[in-house]
Amino acid sequence: MLWQALTLQLGYNATLVAIGATLLGFAAGVTGTFLFLRRRSLVSDAISHATLPGVGLAFIVMVALGGDGRNLAGLLAGSAVTAALGLLAVQWLTRRTRLAEDSAIGAVLSVFFGFGIVLLTVIQTMESGRQAGLDGLLLGSTAGMLRSDALLIAAGGALTLILTLILRRPMIMVAFDEDYAAARGLNIRQVDLATMGLVMAVTVVGLKVVGLILIVALLIIPPVTARFWTDRTERVWLLSGLIGGISGFVGAAISASAPALPTGPIIVLTGFSVFALSLFLAPNRGVLAAILRHVAFQRRVHIRQGLLAIAQGQPIYERYTVRLLHRAGLSRPDGVATEAGRARSAKALMDEKRWEILRAMPDQEAAAALYDGIRPIETVVTSDQLAEIDTYLASPQEVSA
Amino acid sequence: MSGSEFVPLSLTPILIGVCAAIACALPGNFLVLRRQALIGDAISHVVLPGIVVAFLITGTVAAWPMMIGAAVAALLAVALIEAIRRLGGIEPGAAMGVVFTTMFAGGVLLLERSDTSSVHLDVEHALMGNLESLIWLDAFGWHSLLDPVALAGLPPELMRIFLTLLGVIAFVWLLWRPLKISTFDEGFARVMGMPTNLIGLSLVGVSALAAVAAFDAVGSIIVIAMFICPPAAARLMTNRLGAQVGWSVAFAALSAVLGYVLAGYGPLWLGARDSVSAAGMIATVSGIILGLAALFGPARGGAQG
Repeated sequence: MLWQALTLQLGYNATLVAIGATLLGFAAGVTGTFLFLRRRSLVSDAISHATLPGVGLAFIVMVALGGDGRNLAGLLAGSAVTAALGLLAVQWLTRRTRLAEDSAIGAVLSVFFGFGIVLLTVIQTMESGRQAGLDGLLLGSTAGMLRSDALLIAAGGALTLILTLILRRPMIMVAFDEDYAAARGLNIRQVDLATMGLVMAVTVVGLKVVGLILIVALLIIPPVTARFWTDRTERVWLLSGLIGGISGFVGAAISASAPALPTGPIIVLTGFSVFALSLFLAPNRGVLAAILRHVAFQRRVHIRQGLLAIAQGQPIYERYTVRLLHRAGLSRPDGVATEAGRARSAKALMDEKRWEILRAMPDQEAAAALYDGIRPIETVVTSDQLAEIDTYLASPQEVSA
Repeated sequence: MSGSEFVPLSLTPILIGVCAAIACALPGNFLVLRRQALIGDAISHVVLPGIVVAFLITGTVAAWPMMIGAAVAALLAVALIEAIRRLGGIEPGAAMGVVFTTMFAGGVLLLERSDTSSVHLDVEHALMGNLESLIWLDAFGWHSLLDPVALAGLPPELMRIFLTLLGVIAFVWLLWRPLKISTFDEGFARVMGMPTNLIGLSLVGVSALAAVAAFDAVGSIIVIAMFICPPAAARLMTNRLGAQVGWSVAFAALSAVLGYVLAGYGPLWLGARDSVSAAGMIATVSGIILGLAALFGPARGGAQG
């Protein structure tokens, strides 16, 4: 069943939803990257919660005009209006008052959502208000959806993605270096506005698939995950889009494969699984890589200290150091140095002396600041400078018998 | 309206609403000043998986297991946010977004997969609460307030949220100076030898406690709104922390009372037959108050404004 779902063999509607979710996930991943790089990820939370009163108002208006209140296109149009109002409210509160952005976000999201709930209870009491279609928008529900709705979602996902790709360049520039972008003549406010417009588009299209409470996850989790794998802006957005697209596709497929698997939560949990894997396994920034780096560092310190101890004729008490030296072929199991070990320890002691001289040289302050006890001195100074340092070393003297 | 109708039907919901609003608004003052306002948002989302897991373990919807489950989930969320922030080097807002959406998604999934049809446990209930249903059936009028038999029938939520409120007041009162100093000048507080990390952590802990207790009675929308709107509005009224806390308490109480009354009786005045969601209306009123404060508040523009 799952295999059929993953290979798009569960019927026309499920296929359309899966494609829509993939495109939406990709668009959300790309858009979210710019929010994340500008450290404004949670603005999307305010925007998505602010869609609820719009949905309610659209329903009431459509019923008042004698239409079907559950028309998805109408509901989404209404949600876009209040989402825009919510965004404007956040910006107005941050600009016009001394409230910080997080307070403005929290205030807008709770108040708009609260008002939306009031409208939902109004709708519940209306004649035509069996709100079956509306609470599906809180958490997303793609089961048993109309053909036209599935088409709308697929088309919406595609349109959002195209817009995102068109607006990509200026958004990258602003996210990467605001001052540079301004100097190049970009209007920062307009670019920010365009980003927010895309966030709104993603939110509105995602209402039916993921639901308004969880749509922020699609905008936040993929960029955070992508950031683990690369430091380059021009790759983060692509990777983030891919992660979002895969989460959307796999999530929609799993959800279609069995009953009682709501689409939104499954997509979010799929995305989080990718995040958790990246957190631990990513090269460089991952937890596992950090642990390995730490262990390697410890080893180098131990070997260095062991070599210095050998050079100065002191015994090594630390078992771990002896084991490491033995494994590197620098000492016997009982800690007595081998030929290679003696050579390396002499070199280590000489380097330590060289560092000491280097650190006493006033004109070498920058190089001396790099001293950390294990860095080879050859990587810090040129061979000329090394030769100069060596002139200060005491040359070996003949010892009288 | 006569007391025989008001006391059993409206007095206890209003009292519970006011207590919950103030219990959230008090720590909210410091959260808003510390730019941690969205902690309340995060905590109220993760409460859902907490109560679902508590239900799956105990098999009942009794209050205590639910509250313990919610509190554990809140603590777990705070720990996870901190872990992801540190381990991954991710900014706090994004780390928060990752954690609370994931935990909420897990809660929804667990709820859908488990058989909860026999009990009253669903997402809408968690969001909206059921303030309207917290009525006092044993009361027959104002004199019931002095009648021990009737008092024994008070909804248990009232006692819980009242005790929580007392606890929160005690916390703010006892830790007033350290909270104030570490909020405004953390570096100075540290030089003075205050355990600023511990203070910050205890503030988050008390906020979580208030959120969980209030959630039990009034649902998560009010919790988020009361953490932020009254303190934010109060901040636009004054430059003094003491006065700000006072304003925020007044705004919170006003939102709760006005919101409840408007939700219960407003539609009747407009000619409709049914009342609307009290939780949603209380949040809306608090938003209107914030809007007015942002337009006319004497300290809206900063220290000079």
